[in-house]
Amino acid sequence: MAYDREDKVLEEVTGKAYEFGFTTDIESDKAPAGLNEDIIRLISAKKNEPDWLLDWRLDAFKLWCDMVEPEWPHLQYQKPDFQAISYYAAPKQKKELASMEDVDPELRNTMDKLGISLEEQKRLSGVAVDFVMDSVSVATSFKDKLAELGIIFCSMSEAVQEHPELVRKHLGTVVPVRDNFYAALNSAVFTDGSFCYIPKGVRCPMELSTYFRINESGTGQFERTLVVADESSYVSYLEGCTAPQRDENQLHAAVVELVALDDAEIKYSTVQNWYPGDEEGKGGVFNFVTKRGICHTRSKISWTQVETGSAVTWKYPSCILKGDDSVGEFYSVAVTNNFQQADTGTKMVHLGKRTRSTIISKGISAGKSQNSYRGLVQVMPNADKARNFSQCDSLLMTDQCGAHTFPYIEIKNPTAQVEHEATTSKIGEDQIFYCLQRGIDEEQAISLIVNGYAKEVLNKLPMEFAVEAQKLLAISLEGSVG
Amino acid sequence: MLTIKNLHAQVEDTPILKGLNLEIGPGEVHAIMGPNGSGKSTLASVLAGREDYEVTRGSVDFCGADLLDMDASVRAREGLFLAFQYPVEIPGVSNLNFMKAAINGKREHQGLEPISAKDFLALVKEKSALVELAGRLRDRSVNEGFSGGEKKRNEIFQMAMLEPTLAILDETDSGLDIDALRIVSQGVNAMRDAGRSFLVITHYQRLLDHIVPDVVHVLSEGKIVKSGPKELALELEEKGYDWIKEPAV
Repeated sequence: MAYDREDKVLEEVTGKAYEFGFTTDIESDKAPAGLNEDIIRLISAKKNEPDWLLDWRLDAFKLWCDMVEPEWPHLQYQKPDFQAISYYAAPKQKKELASMEDVDPELRNTMDKLGISLEEQKRLSGVAVDFVMDSVSVATSFKDKLAELGIIFCSMSEAVQEHPELVRKHLGTVVPVRDNFYAALNSAVFTDGSFCYIPKGVRCPMELSTYFRINESGTGQFERTLVVADESSYVSYLEGCTAPQRDENQLHAAVVELVALDDAEIKYSTVQNWYPGDEEGKGGVFNFVTKRGICHTRSKISWTQVETGSAVTWKYPSCILKGDDSVGEFYSVAVTNNFQQADTGTKMVHLGKRTRSTIISKGISAGKSQNSYRGLVQVMPNADKARNFSQCDSLLMTDQCGAHTFPYIEIKNPTAQVEHEATTSKIGEDQIFYCLQRGIDEEQAISLIVNGYAKEVLNKLPMEFAVEAQKLLAISLEGSVG
Repeated sequence: MLTIKNLHAQVEDTPILKGLNLEIGPGEVHAIMGPNGSGKSTLASVLAGREDYEVTRGSVDFCGADLLDMDASVRAREGLFLAFQYPVEIPGVSNLNFMKAAINGKREHQGLEPISAKDFLALVKEKSALVELAGRLRDRSVNEGFSGGEKKRNEIFQMAMLEPTLAILDETDSGLDIDALRIVSQGVNAMRDAGRSFLVITHYQRLLDHIVPDVVHVLSEGKIVKSGPKELALELEEKGYDWIKEPAV
């Protein structure tokens, strides 16, 4: 009987194609493969950028040429061939769009398949969506309403044109060009992304949401996101993504910078579901992301992420707690299945006095995957009475997967208080049998147990995202107990 | 309702059940007693469909269907319920969500729509009162942080919610104080019905003072060696199991 069930589950898993594995047939305005100064000039010219930005890109490119890819993560993969990638692709759009009705029907169809029809989103959830198809933003909604409050929420390209002084002031201040290999690459070739500015004292009345989708075969995606929350402001920002099925690896190297000025709060939530590769580990997205926020006095930055996709993930959303009494938080669920590899975690750098940080990381490994938590808690000499609490739990679904924890703690101030807790457990056969005996089938049992395990993190997500994330966890782990 | 014929089962090549026969009719309450290691809990696990237990011979007919051919979750949906000796904790999963999933699993099996939120809550209110757990389940995770007595009461609550055809109580009385024993027994007795049978596995006669069985069986070395009316339990209490084992050898 036991074998019958395993066969059945196996059949289901192998028979199930990636749920969002469809591509949209839209003509692209695409640059030839390869990376050199000319390509960077082309990107900059296509986007009609000011000279300072072109110079900034070229500087980044020069730095990048002398850098090497990091070797320290607990990851094994075929390094991307950076000269085989095309660095620019724009969906052909004839002119500026006045309303959703003007958007290419093919594109709208894609959005519908993703379940993010803008009209519905507008009407039902009050979420303003800046939809990024490949590299050029094609639709932005709720802009007028936000504009009344002085909130700027637009594509990075638009921000460069409309608000160059803001972009110039903050771009690269949190993640400097020379920060790391992928950040330098991104700085040189980023094609678009999102920009958000919340003015002093304004509480953004809705969740700002961006859906990313990699759509052009062979196109790397280099998003650049910059969120600036001015003094005493508040914003909650959502980012989520799905990608079409691909045989070749797709590179994604985004940079996200958050600036929380005095007394401001930024809540940044991500649900990430990029194509993870097939059951043999073939294909899948490479996700090398640099995310970092800087907290000024009494401000707060909270990162929440649910990571289920990508073949390889390299990502450490971090907080620099520069101002006194500032707060950094990191809540993460990272799921790996089949041959996925994730090396993810956070860095909390305590510079200011009485700065506090919390890290809750829940790793779930299934199949033959490898899931690593890597975190740094750093308390600098001036950070009197800094506090950190870290909890890193790992849940194993099979006996062929791996869970690893690499906590780094550096304390240079004797008044600091740092706590670290870690657990590793295997999903209980007793728990599953208990569910089965109540008439709950195995898939649902796993979904219940895993969602229960990840609840502390899921609870931090905005409501509409939490529901989506729960479904995602269940889909990602179907048939994965062994 | 339940007919077990010549059942042999083993765990990792160690035979535990060695030709067990048992027949339970609709509405009947049968008690199984026996010394440690006689196979009582194995019987419960085999009937519920636990994976580590391998049936090597014999058959089990449950309401006209081959029980051994069904997956564990299907057995549950067909109306077999096991009250666990050691109820499992599932952190982060609310009791109510858990029960809702269970009830909807059964309803789906029966071709019914999922239960409405209103009906579900009414059912919870009614059934939780039965075991004096009313209002104490809503915000808690499945069995997490429950006392031993609360866990057992929660088992009976779940049984009441799922309204099984056959309920197996696996040493439900173990670890219960006298009040909890009373509450659990009241819950079970309230559910006795012409269409519902019980198989009560216990070490001690005292449970059978509260849940009075129609038949008492003695299990020894994987077989039922003696069956009799409820008075048999009293006799066992007085004399121990040895006097029964001897003639069986």
